[in-house]
Amino acid sequence: MARGDYGLMIDYRFCSGCHACEVACKKEHDLPRGDFGIRVLQHGPHETSDGVWEYDYVPLPTHLCDLCAARTAEGKLPSCVHHCQAGVMVYGPVEELAAKAKKAEATTSAQMVIYPR
Amino acid sequence: MEYNNEYNLDLYPKKLRWKEGDLNATRTTMWSGPGCHEGCQVIFYTDDDGKLVKVEGDPNSPFNQGRLCMRCLELPELVNHESRLKYPMKRARDERGQDTWERVSWDEAYDIICENVRKFQQESGPESIISMIGTGRNVSQVIAHNQYANFGGPDLTLCFLSGDSCMLPRTALCYVVMGNQWVADMSQFRENRYEKDEDWVVPECIVLWGTNPVVCNSDAFLGHWIVEAMKRGSELISVDPQLTWIGSRAKYWLRLRPGTDAALALGMMNVIINEDLYDHEFVEKWCFGFDQLKERVQEYPPEKVAEICWIDKDLLIEASRFYAKAKPSTIQWGLAVDMSKIGTQTALAIADLAGITGNIDNPGGNILIDQAGGLEFGYNSGIEYLKEGMVEKRLGNSKYNLKKYGFTASSQSDAILDAIDTGLDEKGDPRPVRMLWIQSSNPITNMGQDAPRIYRAMKKVDFICVIDMFMTPFASACADLILPCAMSNERDCVRVWFDPIRSLTKTGSYYEAKEDEQIMIDLGHRLSPELWPEWVQTPRDYMNWRMQNAPECRYDSMEELEDAGGWHYHPFRYFKHEKGLLRPDGQPGFNTVTGLYELAPVLFDSWGDDPLPFYEEPPSSPYSTPNLAEEYPLVLTTGKRSFEFFHSEWRQADTTSRELHPVPYFDIHPDTAAKYGIAEGQWAWIENQMGKCRQVARYNSTLDPRVISTEHGWWFPEKQAAEPELFGVFDCNPNNLIPMGENGPSGYGAPIKCSIAKVYPSTSENMATENQPTYQVTRGSGYTHGPSHKTDTPSFYDGIK
Repeated sequence: MARGDYGLMIDYRFCSGCHACEVACKKEHDLPRGDFGIRVLQHGPHETSDGVWEYDYVPLPTHLCDLCAARTAEGKLPSCVHHCQAGVMVYGPVEELAAKAKKAEATTSAQMVIYPR
Repeated sequence: MEYNNEYNLDLYPKKLRWKEGDLNATRTTMWSGPGCHEGCQVIFYTDDDGKLVKVEGDPNSPFNQGRLCMRCLELPELVNHESRLKYPMKRARDERGQDTWERVSWDEAYDIICENVRKFQQESGPESIISMIGTGRNVSQVIAHNQYANFGGPDLTLCFLSGDSCMLPRTALCYVVMGNQWVADMSQFRENRYEKDEDWVVPECIVLWGTNPVVCNSDAFLGHWIVEAMKRGSELISVDPQLTWIGSRAKYWLRLRPGTDAALALGMMNVIINEDLYDHEFVEKWCFGFDQLKERVQEYPPEKVAEICWIDKDLLIEASRFYAKAKPSTIQWGLAVDMSKIGTQTALAIADLAGITGNIDNPGGNILIDQAGGLEFGYNSGIEYLKEGMVEKRLGNSKYNLKKYGFTASSQSDAILDAIDTGLDEKGDPRPVRMLWIQSSNPITNMGQDAPRIYRAMKKVDFICVIDMFMTPFASACADLILPCAMSNERDCVRVWFDPIRSLTKTGSYYEAKEDEQIMIDLGHRLSPELWPEWVQTPRDYMNWRMQNAPECRYDSMEELEDAGGWHYHPFRYFKHEKGLLRPDGQPGFNTVTGLYELAPVLFDSWGDDPLPFYEEPPSSPYSTPNLAEEYPLVLTTGKRSFEFFHSEWRQADTTSRELHPVPYFDIHPDTAAKYGIAEGQWAWIENQMGKCRQVARYNSTLDPRVISTEHGWWFPEKQAAEPELFGVFDCNPNNLIPMGENGPSGYGAPIKCSIAKVYPSTSENMATENQPTYQVTRGSGYTHGPSHKTDTPSFYDGIK
């Protein structure tokens, strides 16, 4: 698999910021305190000038993420994707993810496709 | 959904055990402790020594569908934690608070218990022995059965939780109104979820009333089910003093003043009834008391309610219209409903709101649910063993009609605390409390209000036994004997809380920690052998015995349930009131006095209580105690949940939970913080006429600037267990500021989330040891107070020496 062939699609409209991906990753990779393979970033709550409250979370893989190569070789999902409580993470070939993101455009979702470093 | 995770189910066989590399996989259910109210289906991976290595979500599960929260994922950290209790330990009674524990064998521990139990039974009657539980988890049936069968006393209670203010006010009220209880329908009682269930309907409107479901997951309701409904088009109304993440996705956010929920519900009904938006058919056919209710809501016009609740009148009107017009609408209610003095009346107002809009037992509405398979695995387990006349002796019962007439499965903690303090029951008759059996609760950290008063009262009790996983602040301060209990993965058990019935399969053990069931069984054979069949020797035997004695339960053993896949869904049917499925006589209607959904319960009326919902100001508020509010100008709400913790669990310093959430935070509007000279990230003191605590300021611009919000359950296991350090238990505890015994007319409800306070920054002087609450309480008589805290006179707590 060449770098960039596979990635993650995140629907950050529905990411609840629950930390399940962070902890699933720490456990899968046995990461020490302070290290994360994925981090949930937070924007807001912030009231914009038009009176709308912005409050978003989005998980961002770090350089320690290998997209769970060992798990995916067995046919399992990456641990973050497996456990995501809001069901907003999808693992797959980036072309497929991009197509799915485009398809989801018509819904209330907000998609982001990530190629980990 | 198009983009849902696609698990490779070939890798996850639907069987109990399999091998994966060097690890043994066991497919089972997690409950507690450490745990929560759920019962997510998990795969425990253990090594050949039985050590828990990792936990994953079971992709075959209809309940959690492979997903799992951070606490189950980090579970091995606590299961294998070095500081877990390994052996039973005793301590001389006059050495409470000191770290002078002595290891004893289980046999010696049982001897100590039995000797005390027999002595107190003989000298003061079995009613001098009281059992206390933490939040309802899979010790509920054990502690009840043990109390009623083995000890013989009638009092079982939520451990010093004032007014039973957690689910029980809502549950008791629901049984009066509808003879059952309701919950928001997310298709959770069907094995095929969401659109795979052909009967289920996506709610058009979901009201989140006093709950942040994705974080708190309360009462067997997995909060992320709401997110699934949102993906499928549900719109939300969030009733919450702060904007939660899920609230930021809501169509309407009603930022009410804490404790004014009843007024809001009455105001919404005012709009809905006066604009003729109620469900005429349901009201005429199935409801009782509509005319009275219609009259009552006239006292709550939107203008007045908006003023009481600190919300915008137009927003209230629009949200009311949306809720009433949406088909179906559902309400998922939370703890905030219970945690005011008028918890019962608040629950009644909300139950009436759902009733008049006809969202009762309809797909996607509020559905009525019983316990799976007719198994009583709750607080009434074993109540048949109580001797005649015992239930009537329950503390607090004679004072409150709901309790007196049986709408309760527990005694009132406030009355118990009074009895401990005074030696008298609520009628003024002598009532010695000699022994407390505290199983999975840590009340001075977490659950009990007026924590310093509880701490002091414990000194009057002859014998206190604690069963827990760790040495807790309560055990360190108050226990004479502590027993180590097994964690969820170390227990054979059956879970019954609504549906489905689930099996929990033991995968390992830890030193001498025993299952709660084992302790109950061992004590049973010693104390009341006539009530325990000889063959019931292990937790598995116990489960099988209970299942065999439940005629409606189709499983006779845990093994059968495990073989069937570890869970079983009973048929769930909608519109049960139309089909004659709710009443024992098989007639259509609800299982109430009138057979109708009682908007104005006739029982309340017959008891001389107000049968209609009403609003009353919290006992301390800017309006009920204006003088006091000059000194304490902010409204204080407590118990804000976070993903990292479940009550006082997960506080160990080396856990991932503490890595992500190292200190207690209180939320404060940045303008308010600036006004009082508090910077973000700074420790600040929160104080009122009852006492004080400190937490770290976190800016939250979504709050009304007049409201602050605190966390609960904080202790610091990294500190010393012995007094005066006592794990720093009182330092950050907002329960220093909340009274016991401020309960409404039903005895249920307490002003836990709606008090008042002031804030001021920490300084090197006020952070000195002698100014710390734990030091002041354990070394002085900090935060003792007379009746003055119930008046409107600014009077500081006294007694600090």
